[in-house]
Amino acid sequence: MNYTADRPMETKTEKEIAPSERKASKREVVLDVKDLSIFYGNKEAVKSANMGIEKNAVTALIGPSGCGKSTFIRSINRMNDLIPSSRAEGEIIYEGINILRDDINVVALRSEIGMVFQKPNPFPKSIYNNITHALKYNGQKNKKVLDQIVEESLRKAALWDEVKDRLHQSAMSLSGGQQQRLCIARTLAMEPQILLLDEPASALDPVSNSKIEELILQLKEDYSIVIVTHNMSQASRVSDKTAFFLNGDIVEYDDTKKIFTNPSEARTEEYISGRFG
Amino acid sequence: MNSRITDRIATGVFYTIAAIMVALLLYLFYFILSNGLPQVTWDFLTSPSSSYQAGGGIRDQLFNSLYILVITMIITVPLGVCGGIYMAEYAKPGKITNFIRTCIEMLASLPSIVVGLFGLLIFVNITGWGYTIIGGALALTIFNIPVMVRVTEDAIRSVPKEQKEASLALGITRWHTIKTVLLPYAFPGILTGAILASGRVFGEAAALLYTAGLSTPTLDYGNWNPFAENSPLNIFRPAETLAVHIWSVNTQGLIPDVREVANGASAVLVIAVLLFNILARWLGSVIHKKLTAGK
Ligand SMILES: Nc1ncnc2c1ncn2[C@@H]1O[C@H](COP(=O)(O)OP(=O)(O)OP(=O)(O)O)[C@@H](O)[C@H]1O
Ligand SMILES: [Mg+2]
Repeated sequence: MNYTADRPMETKTEKEIAPSERKASKREVVLDVKDLSIFYGNKEAVKSANMGIEKNAVTALIGPSGCGKSTFIRSINRMNDLIPSSRAEGEIIYEGINILRDDINVVALRSEIGMVFQKPNPFPKSIYNNITHALKYNGQKNKKVLDQIVEESLRKAALWDEVKDRLHQSAMSLSGGQQQRLCIARTLAMEPQILLLDEPASALDPVSNSKIEELILQLKEDYSIVIVTHNMSQASRVSDKTAFFLNGDIVEYDDTKKIFTNPSEARTEEYISGRFG
Repeated sequence: MNSRITDRIATGVFYTIAAIMVALLLYLFYFILSNGLPQVTWDFLTSPSSSYQAGGGIRDQLFNSLYILVITMIITVPLGVCGGIYMAEYAKPGKITNFIRTCIEMLASLPSIVVGLFGLLIFVNITGWGYTIIGGALALTIFNIPVMVRVTEDAIRSVPKEQKEASLALGITRWHTIKTVLLPYAFPGILTGAILASGRVFGEAAALLYTAGLSTPTLDYGNWNPFAENSPLNIFRPAETLAVHIWSVNTQGLIPDVREVANGASAVLVIAVLLFNILARWLGSVIHKKLTAGK
């Protein structure tokens, strides 16, 4: 998909490569964050962050409340554009392009970099229409194709079996955990390359929570995932890489194993152990 | 004085005020309906008004009121909704937006007699139309648009931020998000606002005195050609509405049964406005339930 004025239509070449082929190679960087600073007015919420986010890996962002995790993750699909006072400096390179540029087509960008929010936010429509909402906007009208995509994405989000008999009921009648998986399905239907999850399970009960975790591990096969979480054990279970944020700085970014067993920074250690009690 | 006592006194004061308001309203209804309802017969509703003899009805006035209402809403709703969308979604906070908002508020608070005189100047004299339905509708539009803009803006702003983010994060444009997510969600609020505004339009007299006029040509309800002189649908004919009729029979009526006609017309007017309010509440809650079904 092309999202810049000077780049012609380009097919999703990565998608055509078989997953096995992809996994064999050493993980490449899908998002290269360089000196990223984000301001709200004069307040610097993220301070020249550098981070190479890897393809087909789960990257966890951890850190105390207010340290800039949401700000960081929302800048990747330009959701911060909605906040008039916010401003970004630096670069996020995706497919060779700085997606923070002014002339980026954010609409196309967001369909490649999907986002799921903390609070499940299905539309007050049927389950089916929640998923087709964006597809229809993109001109897909063929009922058969829509049916197929709906089933596929619900299966990927591990929700199909629970809702297949009531696709045309309101999404509001689902439980919180089901709603959140529907939101994930809705995003997957867009066939994004990258999934951004901002505390996707923090509003859910433990069972739904572990379902979402399983789901993330499955989705890793096909997507690059960035997840914000306050749950340390969750971060250690699902992620390959972990970044520890503190007051807008990335204190440490490394393999999850290393961060949780042998962090290089004392502050990381303190935070993690403090959380583990 | 401790805070418990203050709290009690405050609660008591509020209850008293509320009770006074309810009592006033009930008394008003009782007064108007008990005087007026006995006059409201089928004959009263379906016969034309008379100029000199007793026994005239309000058929044309009732039709005119409804027709002006419809024309006004056809003009007001699209403009007001667009304005509201602009104010809620596109206007950047700043001096210009504040200026626009002040203008809208001023417009809303203009006395209706002033709007009527303004209408007389613009829609009657300058255009050379004379007293017309369209002139009346445009005058009513002037103070209805601010209400519609306000109602729409509030309704759109009250859509949860999460809904908007959900749509935008799926790679959907702002305009499409407005159309398919924000407007449907805001619809009950907008509809309620529109119906309440209708109630106001229906009861308006001052703004119509000098724009839609004090008379109605003889109408032929079998003639639906909107360009014919005697067609009720002709928007370039004068049209006395119910509220204007009440005022005119009271101030310059020559009929012997002024009281009866005025009381009956008042009762009809009050019932209509009441119906608008009830309808607004009912529709709003039905649609809201439908939208959030199952919750
Ligand atoms: N819209 C905004 N306007 C101004 N300041 C903001 C805004 N959103 C966030 N901030 C500030 O930016 C800083 C980072 O906020 P952010 O939401 O990114 O933190 P977070 O790490 O996601 O916290 P949490 O774990 O509580 O979600 C905070 O100090 C916050 O007050
Ligand atoms: Mg956050």
